[in-house]
Amino acid sequence: MEQASAPLLEVDDLAVEFHVGGTVQRAVQGVSFSLERGKTLGVVGESGCGKSVTSLSIMRLVPQPPGKYARGEIRFDGRDLLTLPEAEMRKLRGARIGMIFQEPMTSLNPVYTCGEQIIETLTIHSGLSRAEAREKAIEMLDLVGLPSPSSRVDDYPHQLSGGQRQRVMIALALANDPDLLIADEPTTALDVTVQAQILDLMGDLRSRTGAAVVLVTHDLSVVAQTCDDVVVMYAGRVVERAPTATLFADPQHPYTVGLMAAIPRINAAVGRLATIPGSVPPPWAAIKGCRFASRCPLATDQCRAEDPPMTEISAGHGVACWRAPIEVAA
Amino acid sequence: MSTMLEVRGLTKHFPVRRGPLQRLVGHVKAVEDVSFDVEQGETLAIVGESGCGKSTIGRTLLRLIEATAGSVRLDGEHVLNQPAAKMREMRKQMQIIFQDPFGSLNPRMTVWETLAEPLLLHGLATPKDVREKVSNLLETCGLQPWHAERYPHEFSGGQRQRVGIARALATRPKLIVCDEPVSALDVSVQAQIVNLLQDLQKQFGIGYVFISHDLAVVRHMADRVAVVYLGRIVEEAPAADLFAWPKHPYTRSLIDAAPRPDPNLKNDRPPLEGDQPSALYPPSGCAFHPRCPLATDRCRSERPVLRDVGAARVACHFAENVTATGQVEASAPPKAFRDRLAVLNAARSQEKP
Repeated sequence: MEQASAPLLEVDDLAVEFHVGGTVQRAVQGVSFSLERGKTLGVVGESGCGKSVTSLSIMRLVPQPPGKYARGEIRFDGRDLLTLPEAEMRKLRGARIGMIFQEPMTSLNPVYTCGEQIIETLTIHSGLSRAEAREKAIEMLDLVGLPSPSSRVDDYPHQLSGGQRQRVMIALALANDPDLLIADEPTTALDVTVQAQILDLMGDLRSRTGAAVVLVTHDLSVVAQTCDDVVVMYAGRVVERAPTATLFADPQHPYTVGLMAAIPRINAAVGRLATIPGSVPPPWAAIKGCRFASRCPLATDQCRAEDPPMTEISAGHGVACWRAPIEVAA
Repeated sequence: MSTMLEVRGLTKHFPVRRGPLQRLVGHVKAVEDVSFDVEQGETLAIVGESGCGKSTIGRTLLRLIEATAGSVRLDGEHVLNQPAAKMREMRKQMQIIFQDPFGSLNPRMTVWETLAEPLLLHGLATPKDVREKVSNLLETCGLQPWHAERYPHEFSGGQRQRVGIARALATRPKLIVCDEPVSALDVSVQAQIVNLLQDLQKQFGIGYVFISHDLAVVRHMADRVAVVYLGRIVEEAPAADLFAWPKHPYTRSLIDAAPRPDPNLKNDRPPLEGDQPSALYPPSGCAFHPRCPLATDRCRSERPVLRDVGAARVACHFAENVTATGQVEASAPPKAFRDRLAVLNAARSQEKP
């Protein structure tokens, strides 16, 4: 496969700012990644790293104002989403790009039945009649494993459990066979057994429909189990990106290593957990140089003065760190 | 070593009332006949999915919710039937840390007021030395004395949880119930709080009842683990045993379902189907039978009692068969990762001699 087709999604030097009360908060500052059809990309990071703003930007759902796309492009199938007229964008949302949010109770409309919400998106985007759309809605609910879908289709969101609501959310996002699915912490609010069901389901549906998935999560374990590639974000930047297996076997950035050392493991005794002292710099802080420098034990004067560029150290594995590989630097 | 906390037959039923006349239509059996011990300096984890009754267990221990039946003894003294005045005295010995420190700290009180109140109330400090004691308490929990003048909203999530821990620690309790203390925190902050809880336990010999749904954290923190399903303990065992050789099919499913931070370990077992049934209408026999891959007619009719199997207590007719399905895989983190972590740790230790 030398003749690879153009990626489905290319985020190129994206920068998003929020103008609040006279200050500028730079939530995302020059994020780039690309995603091919049928692949799953994990976007990991802690709260405030800009991962949710990045995913909302792909749907162009960042409220403007106070938000502002300061720089960059998001090319979906060759078209820049950031310059598309709103009417065109509306045709993509829910049709060719689907989205799953963390909390299905707040992202489903409580005063409409689950079926009604799926029917609406089908009649608008796929031009089905109401009767056809209802058929298709029941089919989708069946596909996502909701028990007795032909009666549950008339249930309101509050009548379902958390896992069932997330299934409805997935059915809704997938109703129009999107090419791209954006899932922002889709299992964070769920119990482990239900999380396993939902991740399983998403994997199944992906292989069946060939949709590409952007999975935004704080959970490295979820990434390890579901993603082909990963980007690690810190304070609005991508600090490392790699195929999943490479990232876990060979993490390069001090932040990535620190993050991995901080998670307790269910399958190994790790002794005392490593911590990363300090905290993430706030988005209004003007920082020269590497944004992780203040928490990095290997930081040098160069790190504090110049922002490290993303450097490819092996095929598909890039890291933004002056000191990488760190065992050589030590 | 004597048993510090002894819980026997703890039961909590919530009445359910419906209709215009608020007629009693049934009871939610949130906690059913739960018994366990906690030694001094030991961590007993209570794990289970949301709605299984694990938080209710924690709260009935402290009488934040009154139990329906059963007994709780702390150092031999009964807790559940004490008059209010005596109970206030006993609360000194038993404290709680909540999941959401923002919801459990009074937003209109400074940290100083929050921490000084229990010290003065219980006579643990005099107006003279209370300032110093609050400062010490903050430092013990990794905060600075000048943090005392701040309000809860001025802190980050991790710092707020440190304040919550400081408050619980103020009365020098023997027992702290930790109700999902790290669930709302980011991973790097979570690690700091986990380490702090472990340090405090070592320093003061506190017993923890550690309520959590996160099995990886439990594996890391706990000496013993009790798994709760629909209000009952279905398995209790030393942590290392429970994670290597789970004996209840539910425990096995929980461990299998937890994702591993290792892309080479993909779990091919099908995940557990369905949701936890309603506690208002629990299934007949073994409550787990509708979701259990091993269920037989016996499970549908006869509720298994909690019995000893090796070092564990298990409520399953077929505990021996579950063990036979094999040991849960263990794996060490990759070498390149460990090497680099060593480099970082070495550099960090040179930073502050």
